[in-house]
Amino acid sequence: MSKKYLLSNVALIFLAAIACVSAYGASIQKQSSYELMSSENKAMQDDSSLNPAMFWVNDGQTLWQEKLGPKNVSCASCHGDVKKSMRGVAAQFPKVIKGKLQTLESQINTCRVNTQEAPKLAYESKDLLALTAVIAIQSKGMPITVKKTADNASYLNQGQDWFNKRMGQLNLSCAQCHEDRAGLRLGGSLIPQGHPNAYPIYRLEWQTLGSVQRRLRNCMSGVRAQHFEYGSPEMAQLELFLMWRARGLPMESPGVRP
Amino acid sequence: MSKTSRTSITVPATAKKGSIIEIRAIAQHDMESGFRYTEAGKLIPREIIRVFTCTYNQVEVFKADFYPGIGANPLIIFTTIASESGTIECKWVGDDGYEAASQARITVS
Repeated sequence: MSKKYLLSNVALIFLAAIACVSAYGASIQKQSSYELMSSENKAMQDDSSLNPAMFWVNDGQTLWQEKLGPKNVSCASCHGDVKKSMRGVAAQFPKVIKGKLQTLESQINTCRVNTQEAPKLAYESKDLLALTAVIAIQSKGMPITVKKTADNASYLNQGQDWFNKRMGQLNLSCAQCHEDRAGLRLGGSLIPQGHPNAYPIYRLEWQTLGSVQRRLRNCMSGVRAQHFEYGSPEMAQLELFLMWRARGLPMESPGVRP
Repeated sequence: MSKTSRTSITVPATAKKGSIIEIRAIAQHDMESGFRYTEAGKLIPREIIRVFTCTYNQVEVFKADFYPGIGANPLIIFTTIASESGTIECKWVGDDGYEAASQARITVS
């Protein structure tokens, strides 16, 4: 083996070492998993004529106007134009409202039950996703503004505990992948930092729109843990912690992910 | 899946005569392959879009047959030559009486 070859090998190992360090260092700087996508997938998210999630947004626009229940009221009856009243709203959720931690989905259902006196929408149903999408898109490009307050501190701490808690047969916590190993690879794919800044997302693997809770349950399947239920307090606490952890990142909803 | 659904086509509003224009057509459709089972073990019947056609002033310029391997909310991007001003119309026809159409105007100078 020539000396030159050896030297170049040493240089390569050295470069690899730097790459590893920077991968760890990158987790300090918040990064949307958008940055990890192919240019084709980025284009699909950015161009509304390509983004399939726009179908749900348009459906949501229709549902926003739909009058329901014995009082015959629509979302628009109270909230007016969705483009004005819901601007920046999704960037503040989950939020403590009247002593209860509400995610965007659970707040929509609370409105439906209490104000419209209409039946709850099921999690991951087309209608609930459509309403979430039409509200979330009004915050597109705005930074996530979830803050630690006296009201939500206990929920947030609980969410942080869930994030750091090992679970499932693989005995892994969220943090072990998405904090300690973000930017490294799991099989062929890069591990994202796991920021919920683009939900609801059109995930190509799902062939449909899905909520952050569906995505969290995917990870729970991955580590072979028992899933948190849709709409459970645990889910809301974890979601709150994740949004707080992603604070300042611009919202991309409705996003596209592979 | 309903008998019709949202569709959207993107066509440049104006074009030079003889230039190549890009047409994008996307339809909201589950494209149920007919190979999947419910949790109870029952086969979910196939329900897909079968044919997509695009006409330019009544003249067919593009046609595609769809199969169960095509994913949900199919997007088709193709090109044609801007020959004259008029209407570009896309049509989707599928299983169980599904039908949808979308139109766009183009001015060719």
